[in-house]
Amino acid sequence: MSQELRLTREDVERVARLAHLGLTDEEKEHLQRDLSLILEAFDRLREVLTEGVEPTTHLVPQESVLRPDTVRPSLPQGQVLANAPETRDGFFRVPRILEES
Amino acid sequence: MAEAQLEMLDLGDLEAVIGLEVHVELATQSKLFCGCATTFGAPPNTQVCPVCLGLPGTLPVLNARAVEYAVKAGLALGCQITERSLFARKNYFYPDLPKAYQISQHERPLCRNGAVTITTPEGLRRIGIVRVHLEEEAGKLVHSGDSIIGSEATHVDYNRAGIPLIEIVTAPDLRSPEEARLFLEELRTILRYIGVSDVRMEEGSLRCDANISLRPKGSTALGTKTEVKNMNSFRAVVRALTYEAQRQAEVIRSGEAVRPETRAWDEARQVTVAMRAKEEADDYRYFTEPDLVPLVLTQERIEGWRAELPELPAARRERFVASYGLPEYDASVLTSSRLVADFFEAVAQEVGDAKLASNWVMGEVLRWAKTEGGEVVELPVSVQGLAELLGLLRQGVINQAAAKSVLEEMVASGRGAREIVAERGLEQISDRSELEALVDRVIAENPKPVEDIRAGQTKAIGFLMGQVMRLSQGKANPQQVRELLHERLGVGG
Ligand SMILES: [Zn+2]
Repeated sequence: MSQELRLTREDVERVARLAHLGLTDEEKEHLQRDLSLILEAFDRLREVLTEGVEPTTHLVPQESVLRPDTVRPSLPQGQVLANAPETRDGFFRVPRILEES
Repeated sequence: MAEAQLEMLDLGDLEAVIGLEVHVELATQSKLFCGCATTFGAPPNTQVCPVCLGLPGTLPVLNARAVEYAVKAGLALGCQITERSLFARKNYFYPDLPKAYQISQHERPLCRNGAVTITTPEGLRRIGIVRVHLEEEAGKLVHSGDSIIGSEATHVDYNRAGIPLIEIVTAPDLRSPEEARLFLEELRTILRYIGVSDVRMEEGSLRCDANISLRPKGSTALGTKTEVKNMNSFRAVVRALTYEAQRQAEVIRSGEAVRPETRAWDEARQVTVAMRAKEEADDYRYFTEPDLVPLVLTQERIEGWRAELPELPAARRERFVASYGLPEYDASVLTSSRLVADFFEAVAQEVGDAKLASNWVMGEVLRWAKTEGGEVVELPVSVQGLAELLGLLRQGVINQAAAKSVLEEMVASGRGAREIVAERGLEQISDRSELEALVDRVIAENPKPVEDIRAGQTKAIGFLMGQVMRLSQGKANPQQVRELLHERLGVGG
C-alpha cells in the first residue's frame, strides 16, 4: 500500500474489540483498506454545502406512530426459554459476569 | 482512609462540583415498545415477548403514554420540549441487554434546558437540567453464589427489559452531598405530583449515578471527576458523595492527581471502590435507530399536556405561605405530598381556619398516616371526618385534649367525631353555673394555695386550674375556668 490510509491498524482493532469481533491479520488488513476507502468517500460528501439543511435520518418521510398503553399477552415462560443454552428456575443462565475492579 | 464523616464535610479551600444522572421508571401499564406488562415482582421471564427479547424480525412501536409522561416530566422540570426528537441505539455487550443495544436518545433528546429550584440553608439554589430523554430499561441480573468453584453463573430475567425510563441529567450545579439529597427529594416530589412515576428507590424505580470533582473555592474550572454508581437510597447518595469528596481531597492534598474512573459505592463497607479506569471514553457507537422514525410532537399537543399538569410543589408552597399565612416550614411539610396538600386545603376550607387545619394535619393526622417508601399513601381520616372534629373543637364543644383522643378513636373505629363525643360524654362543660360549682369546691378544698394567690403568688392558679380539670374529668372549658378563678380570687388579667 503506497498511499497513506485514513485508518490505522489500531483503529481497526479497536472497532473490532468494541463489536466483539475476532479478526485474523489478513482480515484486519483487508478491513483497514476497505474502511479507509469508505471514509474517503464520505470526505468527498462533506465538501457539499449543507448549511441550513435538515440532516436526513430516515429515508421514509414518516413520523412516529404511537401505540396506546395497553397490555397484551406475553409469551409463556417455556417458550421464552426454549432456545436458551442453559436455564434455571425460569432464568436464563449465562457464564458469570465478572465484576470489574 | 477513614470512614466518611457524614455530619461534617469540610473540604477546606476546596469545593465539590456534583452532577447527577437520575433514571426514573415511568408508571405505564405496558412497556416502551411492546405490550408486555410492567407489573413489579412477576415470576422471571413471564413478561417478555419477541419485541423486548430482541428476536429477529420484530419492530418496536412507541407507547403513547410513555411519551406523554416523559414530556410532562420535562415540562414540570422547566424544560423546552423538542418537537422532532430522535431515538438512537446505544451499543454495548452485557447480558442484561437482549439486543446488545439499548434504544435510547442521543442527539435531539425529548426535553432540554430546564431547572429545579431547591431550598438550602443558604437560600434558594437553581439546579440546571441539561436534558431529559426516553429510553428502555435493561433486564435484571442475579449473580448466584451457589458455589465458589465451578458452576458459578449469572441468571437473567428480562421482565424489566423494555420498561420505559426517563434519564434526567443535571448540570454540575450541586455543591455538596446535602444539596444532591435536597435535589433528589424535590425531584421525587415533583414526579409524584404529576403522577408519572411511583419513584420508589427500593423497587428500583429511581436510580441515581453521580459525577463528582473538586476544585479550589472560587475557581470556575472543573477538576477531574469520578463517576459514582450503585447508590440505593438517598442516604447512600449523601454518604457515598461525602466519602468520595473526602477521598479526592486527600488525593489532591497528597500532591497526586485524581484518576478519572468509575467507582461503586460499597454499602457494607461504606466506601467507594474503583470499578474500571476510564482510559478510553465509553464508546457506545450511537447511531439513529433505523426502526423508529422521528417522534414529532405538535405545539398544540405539548401545550395540552402542560395544561393537564397540576400546581407544582414549589408554586403550591409559595401559595400556602402567601394565602394561608403558614410558615415556610409548615408549607413545605404540607406540600411534600400532593395527597396531604389536597387534604389540608379541603379541611382548611371546610373548617375556615387554615392555621388550625395545618396544626392538626401536620401533627395528629400525619402521625396516623400510612406511608410507603417515605410517601404518604393513605390518610387516617376523611376530610369531612376531620372537619367535623375541628368544628367541635372550634365551637368549644370539646377541648384540645378530648379532640386528640376522639381522633384516635376515629382512626381505630372509623366512626364519626360527634358520635364518639356523645357516647363518651366528652362535651366540654361550658355551663357557667356548673363551672362555678366546680371552681368554688376547689377553692374551698385548697385553702393554702388560695391564700398564696391572694398574697400575690399568682403562679398557684395553675395548680387550682389543674384541680378543676381533674374534678371535671378533663371536660371543663379551660378558658372559662381560668376566667372564673381570676374573678373569684380577685386576680387581674
Ligand atoms: Zn415485550
